Amino acid sequence: MKACNSMKLQFEGRSVNEAFSRTAVAAFIAQLDPTIEELSDIKTAVSEAVTNCIVHAYRDTLGIVYITANIFPDSRVSIKIRDKGCGIPDVKKAMEPMYTTAPEEERAGLGFAVMQSLMDRVKVTSKEGKGTTVILERDIRSKEA
Amino acid sequence: MSVQIDLTDELVTAHIIGDIDHHNAREMRETIDGAVLKAQARALELDFRDVTFMDSSGIGLVMGRYKLMQEVGGSLRVVNIAGHLKKVMMLAGLDRLSVMDKPERRVTAGHIEKTGGDENESM
Repeated sequence: MKACNSMKLQFEGRSVNEAFSRTAVAAFIAQLDPTIEELSDIKTAVSEAVTNCIVHAYRDTLGIVYITANIFPDSRVSIKIRDKGCGIPDVKKAMEPMYTTAPEEERAGLGFAVMQSLMDRVKVTSKEGKGTTVILERDIRSKEA
Repeated sequence: MSVQIDLTDELVTAHIIGDIDHHNAREMRETIDGAVLKAQARALELDFRDVTFMDSSGIGLVMGRYKLMQEVGGSLRVVNIAGHLKKVMMLAGLDRLSVMDKPERRVTAGHIEKTGGDENESM
């Protein structure tokens, strides 16, 4: 299915941009008239994915985070969050709840678990040394339906 | 984003204002822990009434404070949590730590008090 609207965003992987990116995505999705809960779920999932880029992918460096959001005619939203960071050697392991490689920052290791419970579909592809792509999808139920 | 600290006896109340994310969590954590240790508090209350957003950094913040209060032999309560934030906390099983408040209904001696039945209220 072809997207009926899309937007691209790229920004430096600074933690202050976590709020900027989730708010920007939420503002783009607002045109579908989502419920407060849907918007809150999407903001939370985007925040997890972007934080992963900053904390893990670009751990000791400053890199660029790329977001593409697509809206489809069936009210489906797809958000792709991509980095060109270190990559994840074992995606399956990284997605296990409570698994974290950054405990000193009080990271709960629940980023992927949160994304999976709040979104309808989560797809992660990664290549060591090349980067990681996370695709988040959510079907927006129209409020008046 | 900020944390307002109130101190009464051995209770520290931390009123958290704004978004809890990875960017803000460290400063919030340092403010709260500093207040608890300085006051040698035995009870910590995190007031979420003005929290506008929370991701798993909020889970880390609550779990970390839970551990801190365990270490000092004290207790933690999290109060005034909005529905969409509660959902994130439940994902992490924070309800099983029994630190989340349940103000909507009180269960007393085997019966659930009716909501809105003022004249029947017995204290």
